[in-house]
Amino acid sequence: MQCVVTGGNVKVLAKAIHSLSRIGDELYVEPQEDGLALRSVNSSRSAYACFLFAPLFFSRYSIPDGRNFRCKIAIKSVQSVFRSLATLEKTVEKCHIELNEQKDRLTFTLHCKHGLLKTHNLSYQDSESLQAVFDKDTCTNEFRAQPRVLVDTVAHFPPSLEEVTVTVSDERMWVRNHVEDETERSKAMLTELCLASDEFDHFVVKTPNSVTFCLKEFRGLLVFAESSNLPVSMYFDEPGSPVVLSVTDGVLEGNFVLATLSDDPSLPKNKSKGAHAPPSPPPDDFMNDDMDSYLIAMDTSVASGPSTAGPSASTLTDPCTSKLPEANHRTRTHSEEEEEEMEDGSDRPPNKKFRSLFFGSVFPPSPKISTQPVTTQEVLASDSEDES
Amino acid sequence: MKFRGKIVDVACLNHFTRVVTTISKLTKTCVLRLNPDNLFFVLSGKVANGGVSMWCELSQANFFDEYQMEGVSPENNEICLELAPENLSRALKTIQNAKSVKVKLTKKHCPCLTVCAELPTLSSISRVVTHDVPVDVIPKRLWHEFKEPSVPDYDVSIYLPPLKTIKNVVDRMKNLSNFLVIEANMNGEMNLKIETDLVSVTTYFKDLGNPPWGDGASQDGGPTQSRDPDSMAEARVDVRKLQQFLVGQQVNPSKSMCSEFICTSSTSVTKVSPKAGGACPSLHPRYRPSECPPPDSAA
Repeated sequence: MQCVVTGGNVKVLAKAIHSLSRIGDELYVEPQEDGLALRSVNSSRSAYACFLFAPLFFSRYSIPDGRNFRCKIAIKSVQSVFRSLATLEKTVEKCHIELNEQKDRLTFTLHCKHGLLKTHNLSYQDSESLQAVFDKDTCTNEFRAQPRVLVDTVAHFPPSLEEVTVTVSDERMWVRNHVEDETERSKAMLTELCLASDEFDHFVVKTPNSVTFCLKEFRGLLVFAESSNLPVSMYFDEPGSPVVLSVTDGVLEGNFVLATLSDDPSLPKNKSKGAHAPPSPPPDDFMNDDMDSYLIAMDTSVASGPSTAGPSASTLTDPCTSKLPEANHRTRTHSEEEEEEMEDGSDRPPNKKFRSLFFGSVFPPSPKISTQPVTTQEVLASDSEDES
Repeated sequence: MKFRGKIVDVACLNHFTRVVTTISKLTKTCVLRLNPDNLFFVLSGKVANGGVSMWCELSQANFFDEYQMEGVSPENNEICLELAPENLSRALKTIQNAKSVKVKLTKKHCPCLTVCAELPTLSSISRVVTHDVPVDVIPKRLWHEFKEPSVPDYDVSIYLPPLKTIKNVVDRMKNLSNFLVIEANMNGEMNLKIETDLVSVTTYFKDLGNPPWGDGASQDGGPTQSRDPDSMAEARVDVRKLQQFLVGQQVNPSKSMCSEFICTSSTSVTKVSPKAGGACPSLHPRYRPSECPPPDSAA
């Protein structure tokens, strides 16, 4: 694999890596046919981010033929390659990323002014492909705004705040800080911000709803969006299913998938039908639910080469391919769960539950699942239906 | 009990924010007293907070374009709230460019001081942000704890050099000792002293000037008049408390003043805001409760 990045794109790449570093400790690198994918996931697997840089982003882009290479690197060491974003733009003219197979090192070479050459040889680990399966095109609520609008919005919340709740109606979006329990509510300062729909470039609400997600990762994306001045799109359905934030231009696409709190009792404005549905009698397999149905998708990619590149490419670029039916399955699963959770809510289980996005390594996949990523999702849906 | 205020002027908002931020650096919680003419931020000296007390008086007319309030009763037309100034400061800091800011007393999930700002946007509809700062309403029977301190006859009152200068000195001295001696006389001289077994450090200031106490003022006939101008009055203060006071300075006082009263071994530091009758927080680090002159008498 060999990639050459030149000029202003070096800074774009660096910013992307910095915002990925807000998510997790490891950077997953996967050169694909359709570009270089850089991904990261947080330790609890509730947040996932992926940047795909198209071949056109690079002045040269070549990937090894025949075999699929992918690896993970400690994100700290990649960050140190691109330390000091301010000077990077002025001094670095070209950046080579090369795989040194003899030494098993990924080599970053920065060609700076005055012929200065900085070479970083980073060790890596082989890894499975990391791919959250999400489909933003089926999301019923869709927004797009200039980064400044959102940066100004989150600026009202303290840096220590973990989660925000976003509520939407036909014409407005409310953003407020999420406070865990009642005792905290009486002490904590509550902040609420109301944005009118015409502050957005695009504002479509089909299901007025409210979702709660982590602010830190959202800020990570905003840092990138602001520096590259790309509008941010936001997609979500209902509490419990992920919110997808994305930036895109001709040569790159960034997607941040953040889990949302599955049930938010603190929200009186929650209009989600699922949340108010009459409780069905679920068995006491609350914990089992956690395992299976919280998992949005799993792509362990034991399967080789092309099949791994396939799903990621289609999720990222193709609007509606074979994903649609699965997504519907998924949605149904979640709304059923919603009812169960409400019921469970009466005797107060832990009310903070983010659904994890995928568990390639955390939960050992069942034999059925591990074979084919596509069947994964179908199995997943039918599994949880069996349970409820 | 009702309260509603509106700030439109950016300079007023900015000034109010700086006052609140300064207070938030001094204390985690304080009391906000509202009456038809003034707002007071009060910290009454208790053992729990190291005997530091604070009295900050703001004339509402200097800050608010609209100000309406209704106290607990017509006879006691006041409202007394306990709040975390940090919250209020944070709420105000993010809305510095607001078109208008309303401050209201509201009953939400708990009693709140709601700061509601209208922010400019590119679209036709303004963006509205509300911060609900939780407050505790203080019952009338406890109000006496938050009364304006009465004025003792100080032995010495002196204008301080720029607080930044003092801060630099105190920051260094802090590493040497936990206590610092402030001594001053009526001849415009002040010394900051550290004395330990190993080292003695003194920083000397001169030509600082002493505030004149008018004939009718409470100081008339007090110990100040009969004092030898060269004799020093001294007080020992906790360095960290003094430093905390110096660190949080955001009000840019035109004058600050230190008064000492030997008998109670106390010191009070008073700042007078550049805006006459504006913000006048004062801090009294000491070991025993004592009082400081009302800020306006020093102006």
